[in-house]
Amino acid sequence: MKILTSNYITCAVKACKSSTLSFPLHFQDAELVQEEVDFNAEFIVGILPRIEWDALIVTAAELGFTNLPAQKPEPTEEAPLGEQVLKDLHKLLLETQVTEGKLVCGNCQHIYNIHQGIANFLLPNHLV
Amino acid sequence: MYPFGEDDPVKCLVYFAQIHETFRRAELDALGELYGINVEWEDYSDNSPFSIIKLASRREARKLVGRSILAKGIYELWGVAPDYNELHKFVRVNTAKMWPSCMGKSFKFYVEAFNGKRSQSEQHRIIEQFAYLGLDGSISMKNPEMTFNVMEEYKNKHVKAPTRVFLGRLLAVGSRHLVDTYDLKKRHYIGTTSMDAELGLITANFALTAPGKIAYDPFVGTGSFLVSCSQFGAYTLGSDIDGRQVRGKKGRSVLSNFKQYGLVSTYLDGFVSDLTNTPLRKTRFLDAIVCDPPYGVREGLRVLGSRDPEKAKEPVVRDGELRYLQDGYIPPKRPYSFLAMLDDILQFAADHLVSGGRLCFWMPTANEDFSQLDIPTHPELEIVSVCVQEFNKWSRRLLTYSRKKGDPIIEQAASRSAEIAEPEKKKVTADELNTFRKKYFEGFRPVS
Ligand SMILES: C[S@@+](CC[C@H](N)C(=O)[O-])C[C@H]1O[C@@H](n2cnc3c(N)ncnc32)[C@H](O)[C@@H]1O
Ligand SMILES: [Zn+2]
Repeated sequence: MKILTSNYITCAVKACKSSTLSFPLHFQDAELVQEEVDFNAEFIVGILPRIEWDALIVTAAELGFTNLPAQKPEPTEEAPLGEQVLKDLHKLLLETQVTEGKLVCGNCQHIYNIHQGIANFLLPNHLV
Repeated sequence: MYPFGEDDPVKCLVYFAQIHETFRRAELDALGELYGINVEWEDYSDNSPFSIIKLASRREARKLVGRSILAKGIYELWGVAPDYNELHKFVRVNTAKMWPSCMGKSFKFYVEAFNGKRSQSEQHRIIEQFAYLGLDGSISMKNPEMTFNVMEEYKNKHVKAPTRVFLGRLLAVGSRHLVDTYDLKKRHYIGTTSMDAELGLITANFALTAPGKIAYDPFVGTGSFLVSCSQFGAYTLGSDIDGRQVRGKKGRSVLSNFKQYGLVSTYLDGFVSDLTNTPLRKTRFLDAIVCDPPYGVREGLRVLGSRDPEKAKEPVVRDGELRYLQDGYIPPKRPYSFLAMLDDILQFAADHLVSGGRLCFWMPTANEDFSQLDIPTHPELEIVSVCVQEFNKWSRRLLTYSRKKGDPIIEQAASRSAEIAEPEKKKVTADELNTFRKKYFEGFRPVS
């Protein structure tokens, strides 16, 4: 699972949706892989407003990336984001993936497994 | 009468493939919407491959048709008439101003007959009759600067004379070659319900997918829609309740399809989940949702939960360990109604699409019991188009919606889901929940 995707994932349990503890889910025992993909500056610029920055900081820190700015970069017409900032974001959001590990809900503590990069969010009967 | 600058308004002949007729206009309208091009339909019929539209410029014409799957090409319309006499009369008078700009350019002249046939020598005779255009460039079959097409339309295969003849100069060809590129027969990973290449690509056009956008398929299966969306530049995300579908086996998987087509850079992720218990955060971040929901014929229409409402609401422990964490655990699933699923899809779309974002999904129906009323609606979604693919005893429709501007009406959503949740709680069979499935297995006997 890519870091970008994890920014849109919360606990699948309906009762958890209203709790602020259910987002972001927390990576555990994560095996990370970096895989190069084509850089598309336009996509990064476009996706930035749709990213929950505070959650991204938490996720990144849990995976050992602590150099994100505390505030979301806010490009303006006069001051667009520099190439390096975009490339760093690209690297974190699209090139960094968790291939094995767990995602844990901070509210109900339910554990979701990630295997071969594919996370499983199916719930057992008692959580449906 | 015929301004001919690149940025002058232009009347165009669109040459469509004579297939999936009810999708053709909607596809060009979608591409018009995508590029901000106003398409004015002057002449269109499902029975003809030839259609006439007005556009603000030649530039727009090229853009509009460039990635169309159902339009083979778009031409400046030099003339249309019921027979050759009339056509020549018209072309002589009305296009003379264009001729000087054609001088010294290499060219090619084609004759095409719809419902008819022309021998080589007949084609030559037809082409020679346009000698008055005075084209003096060299003839080039491979790489001409201009391509002229004479198109003939015959009522049927038995009549001798065409009912309409056209002369057009090519502006752009469409993207029908992609139908072959994405042919399922050549695809690395497919399944029994993979969407065929042509309709998958058309769906991606209806969804307005484009570079930098995000498209999601909640019933991803083998990923047919996702590769089509990525072909047009979109970043794609997919999930399925059946993990085997996403993972595939022996190296054949949704991911391996992306590899086959060289699109890995735009494949975001595949994950395993039930649409009715989605892990996706309720935020409007998707530009498009494209899917072929399960209708329970070849694949189960199931959601998470036990068939027995009384069953264990406590976590199951086996050998001192939580059962659901053990390898090979498969959570229980229960049958679900197709109509409830449709409502869930619409609500999901309203919750997750950006304003103007599109929901495109396929819906099967038995022919005798479909009426306009059966198109599911949602207060936050506007119906854009309904296109039908007919089969012998059933048909399926591609429904396209656009997410309205503004915030979702939360109260409405809540009351709707309460309504549909209720009857699901009883123990029921798949057939009771799904009239389409029932009819399918009954062979669509007419209701007496
Ligand atoms: C018609 S198939 C889609 C096929 C897909 N378009 C392809 O190209 O292979 C429907 C899919 O929905 C999945 N499905 C069934 N119930 C589901 C649910 N509740 N949530 C998510 N997926 C579900 C099935 O496993 C199946 O793969
Ligand atoms: Zn939870």
